[in-house]
Amino acid sequence: MNNIGIVKTQYYTIEEKIKLESGIEFSPVTVAYETYGSLNKEGNNAILIIHALTGDAHAAGYKTEEDKKPGWWDPLIGPGKPFDTNKYFVVCTNIFGGCSGTTGPSSINPETGEPYGISFPVFTIEDTIKIQKKVLDYLGVKSLYSVAGGSMGGMQAMQFSITYPEFVKSAILIATTSKLSPQAIAFNAVGRNSIISDPAWNNGNYYNKEIKPDRGLSIARMVGHITYLCEEAMYNKFGRKLQNKNHYDFNFDIDFQVESYLQHQGQIFVDRFDANSYLYITKAMDYFDLENKYGSLENAFSRTKSKFLVISFDSDWLFPSSQAKEIVNTLMRLNKDISYCEIKSPCGHDAFLLEYDVQSKIIESFLNTHIKGEIDG
Amino acid sequence: MDNHYIQSNGLHVNYSLISDMIEKGSKVLDLGCGDGYLLQLLKKNNNIIGNGIEISQEHVISCLEKGLSVIQGDIDDGLKQFSDKSYDYVVLNQTLQSVSEPEFVLEEMLRVGKKCIVSFPNFAYWRIRLKFFFTGNMPKSKVLPFEWYNTPNIHLLSIKDFFEFAKNHNIKILQGIYTTRASIRRGIQYNIFSNLLAEEAIFIISYNVSEKISRYQIKY
Repeated sequence: MNNIGIVKTQYYTIEEKIKLESGIEFSPVTVAYETYGSLNKEGNNAILIIHALTGDAHAAGYKTEEDKKPGWWDPLIGPGKPFDTNKYFVVCTNIFGGCSGTTGPSSINPETGEPYGISFPVFTIEDTIKIQKKVLDYLGVKSLYSVAGGSMGGMQAMQFSITYPEFVKSAILIATTSKLSPQAIAFNAVGRNSIISDPAWNNGNYYNKEIKPDRGLSIARMVGHITYLCEEAMYNKFGRKLQNKNHYDFNFDIDFQVESYLQHQGQIFVDRFDANSYLYITKAMDYFDLENKYGSLENAFSRTKSKFLVISFDSDWLFPSSQAKEIVNTLMRLNKDISYCEIKSPCGHDAFLLEYDVQSKIIESFLNTHIKGEIDG
Repeated sequence: MDNHYIQSNGLHVNYSLISDMIEKGSKVLDLGCGDGYLLQLLKKNNNIIGNGIEISQEHVISCLEKGLSVIQGDIDDGLKQFSDKSYDYVVLNQTLQSVSEPEFVLEEMLRVGKKCIVSFPNFAYWRIRLKFFFTGNMPKSKVLPFEWYNTPNIHLLSIKDFFEFAKNHNIKILQGIYTTRASIRRGIQYNIFSNLLAEEAIFIISYNVSEKISRYQIKY
């Protein structure tokens, strides 16, 4: 594969006060970001890639020579790949409120010298994209050839096209929704409850403590993972197979492979993610509701000027195709330039990070032909 | 539905006839657009603004590769995402006979399109009649290559049937083209010879002015 090679995460600090949707003014914000490829002199060949709930700015390439695991969307980003770094200037930032380099609840509040904890302001999806826009401005990007994201990344891409209609030429919305279903909110609520009810969470003050709310965070992650898979994926992956044994143990230790998998996912997650960030980001997702924010989905999208590509996966029950179709139908009614594909996959919601064959073809075709000629100069 | 592909590829003459019927710069919705050949042709020849709806993922990708805007979907679900008269033309090319509710699909087309273009293989074509008469088997042809048990063509019809349908549904036939292997006939009145000689038919239709709304609209 054509890999982008060694990449380095960079940082940009926004000093001026940022007014959040809640009304709170907040500063400073440091944003972790990576870029691949180079910006043309017109500044119009940039593509913003936006990560999902627990992702980071490291979307492609390797961090070191020894690094075995490339960035989270590496199969799609690089020379000759759909997000072709020979043509496009690809940018990915870590979300505001996250814990992978961008200012979030685990960052030090310069006023107190202590981590923010839950004194960090609650923010929304629109807040996160306004901050990303500031990074793009700093990088000299004049317009986005495309903005693309899966899941919560798709929500941000959608919001980007609404908040900055002139700036966004096309948007790729994958496995996403214009508002969370009560079912999805419910799963997020279980995750948050599991963190908050961990005594080690200690009202968000645990950064200087020996014991962290790892137990709560790992259970939150386990619940999350169930929603990212689907029944078929679980059968394919684990079936009812037992973990390193041939018979039941008749106790409450781990018997099944699926239990072991979830526990492992929970355990490795706590090493790379902050419990407070999980609370804040899931809250931003829960609040996301374009219909409510703009009166109707039609009102929300009527201001957009971009072309749209919407992709859903038939086995995704977290953000099902029916929710993607609501977006698609609205855009059709508004006479927007819209294409939609429902990819067959046995992988559930996770498919946007796994099903690369079809996704690659669709994204590549969309990017190649849709705005042809516009950035050739 | 790969079958559409096989069918439509045998029918390139059909495409140019449709292209001739469509005014330049029109807004066109192609239902069951397959690999996007017709839409691409219309974009090139007629400078249209076009959208396609297609059920097969493979064909959706082919359309995207051609730079077309396409929505993956099943036209049997109706066209509820489209508002009344939002397209100059809605095209249903060689697909009418394979939808599960032709009446519903036609009503929906006429609601969404100012004009509609419908083409289908004529089941009253003399060769089909003879084959059925002499062999006693369900007839097959170049246009209808399937066995009875695997054919997508579940609502086969004749030109006469279509005229009767139009009359009963207050549909006005604005143009009719009847193609044989050697020639093309035209006419907006039913003609017994067209029904016998034509292998395929293409119609441009719209509602008679008196018709206000589709009775299916009530579903929404």
